[in-house]
Amino acid sequence: MRTAKLLIASVLAFGLGIAAASAAETPKVPTQKWAHTGFFGTFDRAELQRGYQVYKEVCAACHAMHQIRFRNLAGIGLSEAEIAALAKEYEVTDGPNDEGEMFQRPARPADRFKSPFPNQQAARAANGGAYPPDLSLIAKNRVGGENYIYALLTGYKETPPAGVTVMEGMHYNEWFPGHQIGMAPPLSADRVTYADGTKATLEQHAHDVSVFLAWASSPHLEARNSLGLKVMLFLFILAGLLYATKRKVWRNIKH
Amino acid sequence: MAKYDYVPSPFMANSIVKWVDHRLPIFSLIDHELIKYPAPRNLNYLWNFGSLAGIMLVVMILSGIFLAMNYNPSTAGAFDSVERIMRDVNYGWLIRYIHMNGASMFFIVVYIHILRGLYYGSYKYPREILWWLGIVIFIAMMATAFMGYVLPWGQMSFWGATVITNLFSAFPIVGEHIVLWLWGGFSVDNPTLNRFFALHYLLPFVIAGVVLLHLWALHVHGSNNPLGIDAKGPQDKIPFHPYYTAKDAFGLAVFLIFYAYFVFFSPYSLGHPDNWIEANPLVTPAHIVPEWYFLPFYAVLRAVPDKLGGVLLMFGAIVILFLLPWLDTSRVRSARFRPVYRVFFWLFVICCLVLGYAGSQPAEGLPLILGQVATIWYFAHFLVFLPLLGWFERPLPLPASIAEPVLGGGKSGTVAASKPMEKA
Ligand code: HEC
Ligand code: HEM
Repeated sequence: MRTAKLLIASVLAFGLGIAAASAAETPKVPTQKWAHTGFFGTFDRAELQRGYQVYKEVCAACHAMHQIRFRNLAGIGLSEAEIAALAKEYEVTDGPNDEGEMFQRPARPADRFKSPFPNQQAARAANGGAYPPDLSLIAKNRVGGENYIYALLTGYKETPPAGVTVMEGMHYNEWFPGHQIGMAPPLSADRVTYADGTKATLEQHAHDVSVFLAWASSPHLEARNSLGLKVMLFLFILAGLLYATKRKVWRNIKH
Repeated sequence: MAKYDYVPSPFMANSIVKWVDHRLPIFSLIDHELIKYPAPRNLNYLWNFGSLAGIMLVVMILSGIFLAMNYNPSTAGAFDSVERIMRDVNYGWLIRYIHMNGASMFFIVVYIHILRGLYYGSYKYPREILWWLGIVIFIAMMATAFMGYVLPWGQMSFWGATVITNLFSAFPIVGEHIVLWLWGGFSVDNPTLNRFFALHYLLPFVIAGVVLLHLWALHVHGSNNPLGIDAKGPQDKIPFHPYYTAKDAFGLAVFLIFYAYFVFFSPYSLGHPDNWIEANPLVTPAHIVPEWYFLPFYAVLRAVPDKLGGVLLMFGAIVILFLLPWLDTSRVRSARFRPVYRVFFWLFVICCLVLGYAGSQPAEGLPLILGQVATIWYFAHFLVFLPLLGWFERPLPLPASIAEPVLGGGKSGTVAASKPMEKA
């Protein structure tokens, strides 16, 4: 048994060593402070609404959010009237009508966010061949999630480190895999004017839009946390009672 | 199995129960096989994992049916329909996270269940067919999980399906035909998704059928136990209910806490981020990896540079389990009395973990070498160490009966380790 334990320990130590070595090659993005992480996490509505404003005024020029419908914005704290008014700002194609024609109409709350480009090819053509990915699930489909988005948005360097040449149309970013990204720095101080008077620093923009994108990826996070806590409480009590039951049932059985 | 005096449960005296039972002895079946079923008195918590696996199968079938009600098995609609489940279906996120993490939980439970069998020699006489049926379930589970992972039609779904179905092309002459036949076309596409959905829906019910056979075989000779010796008399056994129902219920609650942690607080940590990107046949992910529970087999697959060789080794790694009852030449079941086997058992566990690590890394450099060494060890464990251990190892003396170590008394002598297994 001793030998076995020693062996396990040495293999584990070896494994951890390898993990540490490979981590050194691709630095892990720094973890930011978020209101929505942890067992009791909830989204900050003000951050969400500012984040939506950043998406709408900046990112939406290039990035679609196909999975999100206007009515979903109730989740960031907008009222029905606000949502209906917002949707009306966009024209969408509908039809065919009774004459067989497609027609334009103002968007309704049930419509999806309008995509900036009709298809991938058009999106690439407008962005020097790089494809701006759909952002509906970006916080789930990038390692590091919202921490990565924040790092990416604040990680541009105007002058790349010595010895690195950035290709034509590319930009140096500390956190993008390979460091050369086809997205020009989308944010800078005062890029948007926040309605609530929050000072619009680069970091503030990046933080708010990252929160908004985290919400878009997991809109049920708050419901999940709160149900999860209740389920856990129930299960711990149940396990305690079942343990007591088991002890009682087995009290006369030597085993 | 030791003789055990069957005393019917009180409900068997009820006149309606009697009426039904006379025509269809379903109450007798329940009373014999679930309530009064004699179980060794010394089973430890590792014996909980069989019932946990059965419960996981039910959880998967139930959550799966509700997913299927909202799922659209087409390349154009699958990804969006799963997102609709996540966003718009009432508690759809919960159903999906139960199913998605349930697959991982199912494999954790089954891997522990299998390792339990390896440690206590549960595959030996007279439980060989029981063991085979378990492996059949394991294979069917892997097929089910593989096809299920394709359904959400993310990047890993598509590329995983492409890599794995392509493996069949390694077989000479028939290979290409098999692949076309699996795909239903010239690449992984709509027909592939449709048939995977059909099979993903079907296979769990096949598994349920094999589970019944597995239990039938189990109930012929009863459970093995941590001492690995046969029950000698009524004092060695206790009725399943209330003893093991109480123990299983407690184990279930603890397991559910573990499961619920993932479902509610870390629901996508066990999966790959790329699967939240819709499948795109034109963009290959940087690094295609299967779900964690396949990683050891994936490492075996990539251990040799030859495609056919890798495929044969991978299938061999599973098929060899069927031969285990004969490859292990020791008459003693439990590793408790096999000091050398015990060390090899843990080395085998480490070997599987190393394979899992190697499978998660690109097949180059140190991980590749580790994977190759562990692959050799894996096969050597079954083909070299186990057969030899039976000859060279000196087992510790076995207790006279299951009850003896706890109740004392009786013949305190020991049974010679080489005594042939008796058939009672
Ligand atoms: C002018 C168009 C444009 C705007 C505006 C824009 N992006 Fe991008 N974005 C791109 C392009 C193009 C890419 C693809 C870059 C590549 O693959 O090299 C991209 C990539 C990304 C990525 C993915 C990086 C990765 O890991 O692959 C994220 C995240 C992102 N953008 C977020 C944002 C956010 C948030 C905003 C708004 C603050 C924004 N973008 C504004 C064009 C834009
Ligand atoms: C042995 C039992 C089962 C296992 C191991 C299993 C495994 C899986 C896995 C791994 C996935 C992919 C999860 C993801 O990444 O999203 C999946 C998806 C799915 N399964 Fe199952 N499953 C089982 C039973 C069933 C049954 C019985 C049904 C239907 C009646 C079903 C219906 C579905 C559907 C519709 C999906 C796609 C939706 C989704 O991806 O969440 N499953 N399954």
